[in-house]
Amino acid sequence: MNIFVIMKRTFDTEEKINIKGGKVSGDGAAFIINPYDEYAIEEALKLKEEHGGEVTVITVGEEESEKELRTALAMGADKAVLISDEDLENADQFSTATILAGYLKDKAVDIVLAGNVTVDGGSGQVGLRLAEELGISGVTMITKLTVNGETATIERDLEGDLEIVEVSLPLLVTCQQGLNEPRYPSLPGIMKAKKKPFETLELDDLDLDEDDVQAKIKSVEIFLPPVKAAGKVLKGELSQQVNELISLLKTEAKVI
Amino acid sequence: MGKKVLVFGEIRDGGLRNVSFEAIAAAKKMADGGKVVGLLLGENVKNLANELIEYGADRVIIVENELLKAYIPDAFSQVIMQVIDAEKPDAFLLGHTAVGKDISPRIAAKLKSGLISDAVKLEVDGDAIKFIRPIYSGKAFEKLVIQEGLILATIRPNNFDPLEKDASHTGDVVSMDVEIKDLRTIIKEVVRKAVGGIDLSEAKVIVSGGRGVKSKEGFKPLQELADLLGGAVGASRGACDAEYCDYSLQIGQTGKVVTPDLYIACGISGAIQHVAGMSNSKVIVAINKDPEASIFSIADYGIVGDLFEVVPLLIEELNSIAVK
Amino acid sequence: MRFKLTEEHEMIRDMVRDFAKNEVEPTAAKRDEEQKFDRAIFDKMAELGLAGIPWPEEYGGIGSDYLAYCIAVEELSRVDASVGVMLSAHTSLGGWPVYKFGNEEQKQKYLRPMAQGEKIGAYCLTEPGSGSDAGGMRTTARLEGDHYILNGSKIFITNGGVADIYVVFASTDQSQKTRGITAFIVESDFLGFSVGKKENKLGIRSSPTTEIIFDECKVPVENVLGKIGEGFKIAMMTLDGGRNGIAAQALGIAQGALDAATNYAKDRVQFGKPIAEQQGIGFKLADMATNIEAARLLTYQAAWLESEGLPYGKESAMSKLFAGDTAMKVTTEAVQIFGGYGYTKDYPVERYMRDAKITQIYEGTQEIQRLVISRMLTK
Repeated sequence: MNIFVIMKRTFDTEEKINIKGGKVSGDGAAFIINPYDEYAIEEALKLKEEHGGEVTVITVGEEESEKELRTALAMGADKAVLISDEDLENADQFSTATILAGYLKDKAVDIVLAGNVTVDGGSGQVGLRLAEELGISGVTMITKLTVNGETATIERDLEGDLEIVEVSLPLLVTCQQGLNEPRYPSLPGIMKAKKKPFETLELDDLDLDEDDVQAKIKSVEIFLPPVKAAGKVLKGELSQQVNELISLLKTEAKVI
Repeated sequence: MGKKVLVFGEIRDGGLRNVSFEAIAAAKKMADGGKVVGLLLGENVKNLANELIEYGADRVIIVENELLKAYIPDAFSQVIMQVIDAEKPDAFLLGHTAVGKDISPRIAAKLKSGLISDAVKLEVDGDAIKFIRPIYSGKAFEKLVIQEGLILATIRPNNFDPLEKDASHTGDVVSMDVEIKDLRTIIKEVVRKAVGGIDLSEAKVIVSGGRGVKSKEGFKPLQELADLLGGAVGASRGACDAEYCDYSLQIGQTGKVVTPDLYIACGISGAIQHVAGMSNSKVIVAINKDPEASIFSIADYGIVGDLFEVVPLLIEELNSIAVK
Repeated sequence: MRFKLTEEHEMIRDMVRDFAKNEVEPTAAKRDEEQKFDRAIFDKMAELGLAGIPWPEEYGGIGSDYLAYCIAVEELSRVDASVGVMLSAHTSLGGWPVYKFGNEEQKQKYLRPMAQGEKIGAYCLTEPGSGSDAGGMRTTARLEGDHYILNGSKIFITNGGVADIYVVFASTDQSQKTRGITAFIVESDFLGFSVGKKENKLGIRSSPTTEIIFDECKVPVENVLGKIGEGFKIAMMTLDGGRNGIAAQALGIAQGALDAATNYAKDRVQFGKPIAEQQGIGFKLADMATNIEAARLLTYQAAWLESEGLPYGKESAMSKLFAGDTAMKVTTEAVQIFGGYGYTKDYPVERYMRDAKITQIYEGTQEIQRLVISRMLTK
């Protein structure tokens, strides 16, 4: 099977966000593979273990993403591709999907796996846009995947309900929590990772120019939410506190 | 200049979802004197059209076809593309729900247009519409505009107030015939798992448990309290990792991001990754044994105490009020 | 000169950090309380290749280096020093002497299963009457046919009872004092091997420390490690490297305590602002962090020297001395920053403080480290 995983480097979810010069500042922050993309990597490795083939991990993003791609190689992926270009600073989901399609269009794709959403931008668009660009089926929020020859049976999370669908390959899926338990990169894996193929590409290499990937969306401002003042910690006997809470929720907050 | 805004009327369990009424209200603001057009897709949906009008739609387009009975991406996107082609709206709004999240990027890709997902607020600035949406699960926000073409956006449930329902408001309901073909995905089965039918992302009240709940059993009083308040139960990552509950209940930067009117955090310490998923709730109540728990720093009201004492007291008191 | 970890070392650090946080930390307090060693944790570590970091692939290892090993011990100790020392004793005390002094057969038979984590290693030197002064050793080994018969007992054995392979030092010729000591590889199921009293300790409570008793214990002659009479040298050289593992452990403990204290100080508000912003606490944190960074540089330097095949005895003594003292100082301050809460078991800093103490004692007390260092200076 020809398996591709699209992945992204994101802030660690334990990081606080700071804004400097109108941008989110990455100074001193810890970075990780987007947690949902880890499910995609794990599922790709499981597919390979079951059906054979090759797993290629791809990131469109800053050069520093090399480290996260290497981690995916250490987990067991075979090849990594980093598409990085200084023209991409203001890229949006359209740009990213167009670039990924530019890379994948002439590859014999059997399956593409992506995270259901990234924990930074959180728009959840790129996977499906890519499926459209490639003209292949896209199934989102998957929690179970079984590939049988040319078809896949998939369980997906539908706002807490479970939907079971059947679809033909080639296929793009976006992975939801609960799909699997991502493995740690092993030490032998880490040692091997540096010897695995790692390709770095720019837009030119994909026959794309700046205009082809021009963002459709423009960011006007980035800001932090207002600091929430600590509220009232109630005092007194527990039963009094409970009574007070209920009356506050009714009269002051008016939410019940 | 007034805009023509198309709004996707989402149907779940035979009824319209609240978020669709919220979307009409948002669309009304965007239309700025223009028209708001509702769109209903399904097997038999005519009876729902009037409700969209009562909530503010000026016109409703209905597309009825047995292939639209359940949400199938290919079927829905084909229909929507044909409707957009025929109607040529300036903007198209959907709820940021499972269906909205699934269909909107497909439409955006087909149109090669921008898409603003999960907007929580919008500003009309002359001809431009500025959308505000959370990034890093609400640790920060960004304000965005779509630079050209169709203004396509999904809005987060519970963040726009729907208009007052007005039975006297009238509008046309028009049927459209649309061709649907070559469906690639087949739905084999839908297994209902959602507890009490209230989805976390739309729930007005969420009672949420963390590691402090200590066991699967420990979630029972939380469920009871949620039921009493007409809400849903959620959980922190700690509780999910400890297997006290299903991952589908997880709230946080990994998991769901929720904005209910009332969020009751029981035995949740307030890790950054959890707070990111719920800090934009309107009112937050924290119940925790540890007075230093960081959840208190973002709570509107806090009770320092054992959740297994406090929650039953709350249930008892709410019941006694209900009796009166 | 470059003060930056390689990408590989960073990846190893990130992986172990992740592993420690998810698989070790959640149960650390409970295992401490119950003095419970959990083999399942070691098995998971072994699956990831952590049991044989510095050993070549031909002996079942990963073929990485001592720095990677130190980083792993540091990251584990950052959440649980008991797990840190388990790996440290297994690698530096169990594996190292076999790797350095074992013949090919011994390496295949003993180092390989240790490197792959099928077996746990341990080291038996200390006796009731001889700690830092190994010359007073009472455990004896007498040759009978093709076996040595060991008699005596060893105390304070890390991984005691849970290890499968023990490097044991015994006197083959008491008249020769230290030059009469020989090293043996002893399997836990050899006849006459038994585990004695388990210590109830102040810290590192989920790392078992026991007495090991040899009662007419039969050890085949092919299990002599190195040459007859070479045991003392093996023991001392093993400790040289082992010290650096302890430095890494101390470093991890200190870092874990600093992390906890910093987070707490940022959240805890007194007199209208977080205590971290009050100079008394802020300066404490600054000193703690500075000491830790110095300890880290010493520790990584010693590990790097060993990896490069350069002399490292003095540097590893220095790293252990400094990191151990730093761990004790930093953890004590961490408890202070937590105030009354720090003194309770609701927060991890009291455990860090209890765990830190041992790093000033074992694998040569701080006083012995100073002795080692001063002798190197004046020789």
